[in-house]
Amino acid sequence: MPMSYTLQFINLLAALLLLIVFAMLSQRRILSLINLFAWQGFVLALSTFVVAYTTAQHHLYYSAALTLLLKVLVLPWLLHRLIRKLNVKWDVETLINIPTTMLVGIALVIFAFNLADPITQLAQGITRGLIGIALASVLLSLLMMLTRRKAISQVVAFLSLENGLFFAATSATQGMPLVVELGIALDVLVATFIFGIFFFQIRETFDSLDLTHMEKLKDD
Amino acid sequence: MIDLQLLALLLTPLFGGGLLAVFGSRRWAAELNSLMSGFTFLASVLLTMRVIDSGPQVAFSEQFFIDQFNVFLVALTAFVAFTTSLFSRPYMRIEQHHGKLSTPMLHLYYSMYQLFTFTMLVALTTNNMGIIWVAMEAATLTTVLLVSLYRTPASLEAAWKYFILCGVGIALALFGTILLYFAAERVLGEGGNALLWTHLNQVKADLEPTVLKLAFVFLLVGYGTKIGLVPLHSWLPDAHAEGPTPVSAVLSGLLLNVALCAVMRSKVLVDGSLGTHFAGNLMMGFGLLSVVVAALFLSRQKDIKRMFAYSSIEHMGLITFAFGMGGPVATFAGMLHMTMHSLTKSAIFFAVGHAVQKTGTQQMEHIRGLLQVSPTVGWGLILSTFAILGMPPFGVFASEFLIITTAMHEYPWSTPILLTALGIAFAAIFGKIQPIVFGETTAKPLPHPPALIPVFVHLLLVLILGLYMPPYLANWYRQAAALLG
Repeated sequence: MPMSYTLQFINLLAALLLLIVFAMLSQRRILSLINLFAWQGFVLALSTFVVAYTTAQHHLYYSAALTLLLKVLVLPWLLHRLIRKLNVKWDVETLINIPTTMLVGIALVIFAFNLADPITQLAQGITRGLIGIALASVLLSLLMMLTRRKAISQVVAFLSLENGLFFAATSATQGMPLVVELGIALDVLVATFIFGIFFFQIRETFDSLDLTHMEKLKDD
Repeated sequence: MIDLQLLALLLTPLFGGGLLAVFGSRRWAAELNSLMSGFTFLASVLLTMRVIDSGPQVAFSEQFFIDQFNVFLVALTAFVAFTTSLFSRPYMRIEQHHGKLSTPMLHLYYSMYQLFTFTMLVALTTNNMGIIWVAMEAATLTTVLLVSLYRTPASLEAAWKYFILCGVGIALALFGTILLYFAAERVLGEGGNALLWTHLNQVKADLEPTVLKLAFVFLLVGYGTKIGLVPLHSWLPDAHAEGPTPVSAVLSGLLLNVALCAVMRSKVLVDGSLGTHFAGNLMMGFGLLSVVVAALFLSRQKDIKRMFAYSSIEHMGLITFAFGMGGPVATFAGMLHMTMHSLTKSAIFFAVGHAVQKTGTQQMEHIRGLLQVSPTVGWGLILSTFAILGMPPFGVFASEFLIITTAMHEYPWSTPILLTALGIAFAAIFGKIQPIVFGETTAKPLPHPPALIPVFVHLLLVLILGLYMPPYLANWYRQAAALLG
């Protein structure tokens, strides 16, 4: 494959990633949100694989495989299982003001590109243009965490935030050292398990997974 | 070589966690927990002696790095973890008798307590900036289920907040770490070595300043969430107030220090790269803001554990401010204050834990006349309150005095702000604790005396260090301060 095609393909994947984050930001059904998260992981794994192929970085193959295993198969499967067990599969979240959220999201993307500019100037290699997109997906996931009221959507937003960071690592530095990546993957997996335990505890105590019940602790 | 001591230090709590995961429901689980923490403390003493004798060194193909600075935190962490395990033995039993905790909950608690110690020790001793991140996140994961141990609505809310906010914070720290690696890769080449702190420290002058600047902002905000710096602190009072008291003691006395250690490691690199006081200024700003805001919030608290959580924010702000000023004296004072705060604050939480257990409420207006109910708890609480408020002759006075005189010398404008905030904090805390201890009560004295040896051991140490600092200890701290610059 000639270089320019690869570059275009990677850019296409990055654009897709940004699109998926925006789709997640406006998605109201929890089931679709989880599916979008799986797609995000898939695009991430694919782009890591392409970067690994073109730069001949062998450890990136491992990261791509790890992403595929963890973020496309294991985590979505766990989340699907959870929503089935918790019987919230068809839950719809009432998101107020999707257009405003989208506008804030666009502003965040512009901000991310500006913030990433000095790093992009310094970066070498084919992935330099992607740092801005990576930072944008991190910020958009943060926004998603702020706007969500259901525990599961907040967790999906958290995982999508982690995906954005992973994308930043592959695009800015061709991946972190393998030990660190394995450690991060382990943390994410354990975190998802603990989130799962939490869902049951929260539901048992509040009879709902709506976080609006959990705004009692305040300084007054 | 320090391989053996380090191995003992790290494997003891890991093994203990595994052991208690199996035997955590047995009657002797509490004793086993204390025993493992005791061994960990012993290993930390051996390690400290070696490092003080022979200086900074790396171990296990440079994956771990011990110098005077982190070994001081290792010793402190292992010591407070040990005394807290001693305190938690009778405390958690009484909680179980009161029906607040079941055996499976205690099982979880003991196992996680050891694993939490393990993650903190890894975060302190690792040489890899990426592994610091992994260990800090793991420390959150091990404690989050402990915060919600009582399964009350409030504790679940606190744990969820802790999980989400620290998760987001630590994610930002990961972005900072990625940027650091990005800058390092250009100098050190790809591969695992580019995140090793010792390697980075050697080439810090060549690291790209613009990238490091951005990286430090992310690292400070990320780990700062964990330190509890204002405005990233909102998880801290909830987690401290709703979790079991031994967990509050280790969160407040230890975890905050470990996060600050990670920030200090980054600061050394950023200072070397920029050659300006950028990192220091940022830390001073966050530190000062935390001191002021926490002092203002103190007087509004009704819950006793929540109030002392705000006091932790205040003191961590003060330490961050001292480290931000930099220079040998301020850094020395910051480390001294770290020690004093850890010892005193955990002592306070021990005393508060017993007081709350006796009266059955955390609301300060309902706790009265502790001296009549139980003189040991009453004196323990009032003395440790005096200590944390910086009254002479306790050690907190010495460290606060050093910080403020340095501030007067270097940044005179900050002194009135600091002094006012400390004054407000004094009035708020003393005004609330005084009636709790000396007030009139109708409650009957307790039949059996509480076991509060850890409180008085900590207070004695704080008192001794306030009156007399042994030369070798002062020398050790001075060496560590020199390493941080």
